[in-house]
Amino acid sequence: MATDSVKDVVLSPVFKNNPIALQVLGICSALAVTNSMSVSLVMGLAVIAVTAFSSMFVSLIRNHIPSSIRIIVQMTIIASLVIVVDQVLRAYAYDMSKQLSVFVGLIITNCIVMGRAEAYAMQNGPVMSFLDGVGNGLGYAVILLIVGFVRELLGSGSVFGLTILPTVQNGGWYVPNGLMLLPPSAFFVIGLFIWVLRWFNPEQIEKTEYRIVANSKAKIKETANV
Amino acid sequence: MASNNSIKKTLIVAFSLCVICSVVVSSAAVVLKPKQVQNQELDRKSNILQVTQLYKPGDDVEEKYAELITPRVVDLKTGEYSDDLDPDSYDQFDAAKDPATSRTLSGEDDIAGIGRQENYSTVYLVGDPDDPEQIVMPIRGQGLWGLMEGFLSVRGDGNTIVGLSYYDQSETPGLGGEVDNPRWKAQWDGKKIYEGGDFQDPQIQLVKGGASGEYEVDALSGASLTSRGVTNMLRFWLSDEGYAPYLARFHDDSQGGA
Repeated sequence: MATDSVKDVVLSPVFKNNPIALQVLGICSALAVTNSMSVSLVMGLAVIAVTAFSSMFVSLIRNHIPSSIRIIVQMTIIASLVIVVDQVLRAYAYDMSKQLSVFVGLIITNCIVMGRAEAYAMQNGPVMSFLDGVGNGLGYAVILLIVGFVRELLGSGSVFGLTILPTVQNGGWYVPNGLMLLPPSAFFVIGLFIWVLRWFNPEQIEKTEYRIVANSKAKIKETANV
Repeated sequence: MASNNSIKKTLIVAFSLCVICSVVVSSAAVVLKPKQVQNQELDRKSNILQVTQLYKPGDDVEEKYAELITPRVVDLKTGEYSDDLDPDSYDQFDAAKDPATSRTLSGEDDIAGIGRQENYSTVYLVGDPDDPEQIVMPIRGQGLWGLMEGFLSVRGDGNTIVGLSYYDQSETPGLGGEVDNPRWKAQWDGKKIYEGGDFQDPQIQLVKGGASGEYEVDALSGASLTSRGVTNMLRFWLSDEGYAPYLARFHDDSQGGA
């Protein structure tokens, strides 16, 4: 672990070991805030900031954290940072914070943040932990932006609020896909994205844990009936 | 590392962490508070300006608001202005929660689905406060998924609508959420509320399949319940329960003048 290069730590979580696509962590907020790209971008930045700084602070005091209360210590640090980020957004990006509403607060429960604090920051130095946090936050942000791009383009016909496909409601020709504006569509988009990612990186495909065999019992019954 | 797990060390770490974190959180809250309050004010003012259609992108909100708008507090029962309440500090949403300054609406009266209604409401007068060009009134009511809050602006005759816009709603995006669509909102300009000076009975409504006449506005397609919510909300706030006694005064004034 100590020999990780900076580049690996920052870039591998983006595609090779993406927290959403491979570890399937933190998808709850990925569903809720991805209906437009600008919201996705701000949410991504907020998560990068929280993951990076919480990993750094946890790593700084990692040699003093009693193992019996380590989870609570990590949570406290994460929660404080999330509140600070929320307050800053409210002061400097009011419109954005209105759209994100509770989801900034819910970064606290985002498994990526806690997962990195527990899995990486507890064993590694502050600088590397910070970069690891940036990398994982970036992995999250990239997925959010991709999902946001698809959903905003197909759902509202725009990208970052700029009209690409003029919609029928505004006198254009494009009939927007209403499903894309609702959270469930993010499931489909994320699923398709994971599929594409694994097509290029077949080593990400999990080994089959079991095989479905023919239902032999039903057959016996069937023949019995005959 | 064994010493880390002693009771003493655990308590010290837990206590100092709590102190540090609470200092960080509370100082962030205190330092950023003025900025946040200012943002909220700015947001409210720009919402009011937008419904009057006098605001153009690039205008300074504070400046324009100070130039155009005079807030007054109205007694909803009598329609008279109240001099006891200061329009800058009176908060009608707080008032609506307090039994002393509000009343409970019972089932049949409560078509907007708001439960409690304040006794006094703030209105925003555009231009000369004694003979306003426009009157902006806050309204709210249930949509499909939740409370919709917005402003309705009418001309100085108390009968012709300028615009309706919602600053807070959680309707289905793409369907009911189209209440925010500028094209839909543009339809409201010039519509009439009351027929023949009858301020008891607001006529304005949303209709399906093409609005005709000046008391009808196109409903939102695919959003029957949101449309019904909007109609009910307008019917409620423009009836005797809401701003009708107040708006009737403007009608009388113009009759007297003519």
